[in-house]
Amino acid sequence: MTPFRTPAGGRIDRGKPIRFTFDGMAYTGQAGDTLASALLANGVHLVGRSFKYHRPRGIVAAGAEEPNALVTVDRGGGREVPNLRATQVEIYEGLTAISQNRWPSLKRDLGAVNDLLSPLFPAGFYYKTFKWPRSFWAKVYEPAIRRSAGLGRAPKAPDPDRYAQLYAHCDVLVIGGGPTGIAAALAAAEAGARVILCDEQPEFGGSLLHDPGATIDGKAATEWIAESLAALGRRDAVVLPRTTGFGYFAHNFVGLAERITDHLAAPGARQPRERLWQVRAKEVVLAAGAIERPLAFPQNDRPGIMLAEAARTYLNRYGVRPGTRAVVITDGDSAYRAALDLAAAGIAIAAIADTRAAPPGPLVDAARAAGIVVHPATTIIGTEGRRRVHSARLAPVGGGPEDHVSCDLILMSGGWTPAVHLFSQSRGKLRYDEALGAFVPGTSAQRERSAGGCRGTYELDACIGEGHAAGREAAAAARRSPAVSATVSGDAPAAPLPGGERSSQPGDAERGRDVAGEGALPRRKIPKRAFVDFQNDVTVKDLALALREGFRSIEHVKRYTTTGMATDQGKTSNMTALEFVATSLGKAVPAVGTTTFRQPYTPVTFGVIAGAARGDLFEPVRRTPIHSWAAENGAVFEDVGLWKRAWYFPKAGEDMHEAVARECRAVREGAGIFDASTLGKIEVVGPDAAEFMNRLYTNAWTKLEPGRCRYGLMLTEAGFIMDDGVVGRLAPDRFHVTTTTGGAPRVLHHMEDYLQTEFPDLKVWLTSTTEQWAVIAVQGPKARDVIVSLVDGIDIARDAMPHMSVRLGKVAGVPARLFRVSFTGELGFEINVPARHGRAVWEAVHAAGQAHGIAPYGTETMHVLRAEKGYIIVGQESDGTVIPADLGLDGMIGKTKPDFVGKRSLARPDMQLADRKQLVGLLATDPKVTLEEGAQVVEDPNAPVPMRMLGHVTSSYASAALGRSIALALVSGGRARKGMKLFVPALDGTAQEATVTDPVFYDPEGKRLDG
Amino acid sequence: MLIVPCPHCGDRPEIEFRYAGPAHIERAQRPAELSDEDWASYLYLRDNPKGLHFERWRHIHGCGRFFNAARDTVSDRFVASYKAGQKRPEIPR
Repeated sequence: MTPFRTPAGGRIDRGKPIRFTFDGMAYTGQAGDTLASALLANGVHLVGRSFKYHRPRGIVAAGAEEPNALVTVDRGGGREVPNLRATQVEIYEGLTAISQNRWPSLKRDLGAVNDLLSPLFPAGFYYKTFKWPRSFWAKVYEPAIRRSAGLGRAPKAPDPDRYAQLYAHCDVLVIGGGPTGIAAALAAAEAGARVILCDEQPEFGGSLLHDPGATIDGKAATEWIAESLAALGRRDAVVLPRTTGFGYFAHNFVGLAERITDHLAAPGARQPRERLWQVRAKEVVLAAGAIERPLAFPQNDRPGIMLAEAARTYLNRYGVRPGTRAVVITDGDSAYRAALDLAAAGIAIAAIADTRAAPPGPLVDAARAAGIVVHPATTIIGTEGRRRVHSARLAPVGGGPEDHVSCDLILMSGGWTPAVHLFSQSRGKLRYDEALGAFVPGTSAQRERSAGGCRGTYELDACIGEGHAAGREAAAAARRSPAVSATVSGDAPAAPLPGGERSSQPGDAERGRDVAGEGALPRRKIPKRAFVDFQNDVTVKDLALALREGFRSIEHVKRYTTTGMATDQGKTSNMTALEFVATSLGKAVPAVGTTTFRQPYTPVTFGVIAGAARGDLFEPVRRTPIHSWAAENGAVFEDVGLWKRAWYFPKAGEDMHEAVARECRAVREGAGIFDASTLGKIEVVGPDAAEFMNRLYTNAWTKLEPGRCRYGLMLTEAGFIMDDGVVGRLAPDRFHVTTTTGGAPRVLHHMEDYLQTEFPDLKVWLTSTTEQWAVIAVQGPKARDVIVSLVDGIDIARDAMPHMSVRLGKVAGVPARLFRVSFTGELGFEINVPARHGRAVWEAVHAAGQAHGIAPYGTETMHVLRAEKGYIIVGQESDGTVIPADLGLDGMIGKTKPDFVGKRSLARPDMQLADRKQLVGLLATDPKVTLEEGAQVVEDPNAPVPMRMLGHVTSSYASAALGRSIALALVSGGRARKGMKLFVPALDGTAQEATVTDPVFYDPEGKRLDG
Repeated sequence: MLIVPCPHCGDRPEIEFRYAGPAHIERAQRPAELSDEDWASYLYLRDNPKGLHFERWRHIHGCGRFFNAARDTVSDRFVASYKAGQKRPEIPR
């Protein structure tokens, strides 16, 4: 057995030794140990270095509230988790744990120099210290601060584990599996409710697990737990150990994180590491218990100083003696229980220092009867011992002679804080209970009720009673109201629960207690190195400084000092800080208020939140019916929204530039074939279809004949360009509308909005057909020659089927909607066929085009060709502030239409200004230079910074047809600047000169369209 | 995550819906007759009440329909939901 293990008792399995390492040293624990209890059993108290001052730190608590003992657990292969609380890590054979925030080692940490320099690092020191020179911030101060601050390191390798997620529904969700929670779950299940009971620990029972003498209903507590869990099992309750209720969200939606394999030496290959339960509960019972408060006395952070109840837990539950000679400092009764239990186990209790003048009651009497020295009206004014405490300095509360007491363990108890985290997350209003000196649940905002410790009830019998009542009432309430949303009551008072007299601590019943104030703090001066927030290294002095500097709101004090802002979110520190601030300001605690509790209660992994949504499953991938052909033929793909689009088709030895230049030449000189299937498509059908189109698009549609197409421009109500696309009229009551690739869902939503809510009188039906049609664009002077042999039932001769027309017929034997349209400036057709025939028709066209030198081309070539023609792309030449006139598209506006969406906005004064940004061409003086897309355009690059920006480059390419670079830009008053030279500055300080031109660079007369 | 009451389909989780802004902001029959100020106010000026809020939702991954709902912005409690085009219900404060 290890040196500090008791000979018997506790809930560990003494027959199962478990080997593990901490910082490379091998140790042995027992099955059932946490890392913390196993280290203490081996006499290891120094487990970490503090955040800011790198002070040696030990284990303070025995549960989720642990502020100091943060470790990294490395399972190998990328399975590395930092910032785990050693008090919650279950040991398993081969566990590898590593301490944090020290270098080169925990015992010799160079960062500890910070502690000597601590006068330089008061609250807010970085706001004051690193102000100048300004340029030092990004390159010197911030990297240095980032290196030295922080706790564990984030792992770098991808997480190889799998995480599961599921939704669950229940009548009653009980969070917390101590005596209260078990009683609540049992009562609810017996009343017929579907129950989920969860607890963050591996074993149910909560405080009962370290209270071996407790009895319930005349039975030993362990027996009662086992019988209750068996009864829950018989009633099909879902009972989840190792499951933290970490977040309480709107409408009784609660997140539970279940840890499945972290405690196993060899997890099964098919087991997920964790599981996220997304529970929608009709009623919730919160039974989260309470957290003991430390005391803020000088040097209260040395290893060997721990919460009294934690020491009791280590002794009774884990069979560990946390020391050999203890001093107890307390302002209430519960620490006496710890002292009595420790004394009974042979640990010397050197003294109990009680800050109360005359501590009364049976526990005090019992301590005295056991021969323990009790010093009333005594406080602790300091401690000694670097890596482990070796003495305490006691003194009368009002001042007086000091008493040095040697010890290797100091137990502190500053009262209890109900764990109201989840209640507060549910937006319930907290109420300050003067008698308890704590915030307790006040007015509920959702359908939940608190019971037991988290409601400030600490006596076991009272907790069981409250639990039963809460479970019973929750089951009844769940029966009464099936729906969640419509019946959530914002002001339902918390159910009246039995509980009798409230007491601030176990053992304090019927007695008033000096609970307000700073507990053991000497009042006259600010104590030095008295830590309030252990994890963020915030001292009483820091809080005092914040107040002296004028911070008054607790929210500001919190942010300035960072108290309560570490990974433990101030579980042990918030109330101490709050009481100090209130006392210092001469205010009552509720007048100062408390900070807001946020999800999660304890840190949860990114893995469990992400679940399966990573890698290939991160988001859906959309592929066109022609994708496989493009992949087989060497296409390089680019992501466009969720779509994979063929970007270019390099031949052997070609780079992107060469491939695109070749593809461009093929289209301009012969024919190219392009997969346009991603275009959004909406079928607009109905007797009022034309009128609907009139109102949603700027253009006039009434006179458009069936068989003809028009370029449609859609505006937002504010007048800005929202989308565009070619629209074909197939019949008087039927339009084939195309949208941009990315805009299809947005456009359909916009159309539905107006149709359903503004124009419900119109008889129109809208159907998304994007996925129904494969679209094959054939472009180039030989486009007609390529497809003529494949077309059946349509006369595609020059005059029979003019530019901007649409015909129904067959292509390659497949029913098709054939459009004569062009986004290249060349003669062009777009063949729409049902998606399942897409690849076959594509291959037929490609084969037929071989005689004409047809080349497949991708989106890059499409972009170059359209830019040569000055055709815009919505979202590239427009950005949500651009109106049609800015792009020279006023001609698309139906002038005679009385109204359309966006029309009124175009008449607003700002839309008429001459200095609006307008679309122009930009030709760099050096034709080999391709301007940077997104770069600013200025008049004088040598003007003092900040210089006036005239606009920016929207598109920029090397043009094969023109033998030089071209660019489009939005430039203030641009059309009036034609011929002027402007400049495009680059990040490296140089600037390119460019001339403002017309945005149409190629075939400005548009003759080639008529080919 | 809210439970949103669709007047056509019943209570459904929020992920099936898309929020669509404040309700009962009517587009003028003849926008051309509005002053610039009135039109700008129609476009841009919105209340941001603490408490009862009438708003539009679309059950986009369900029936696809737009509808109106009254929600308390403090408690997130839905107090009413009704079909688009119906009058704003009287809700006692």
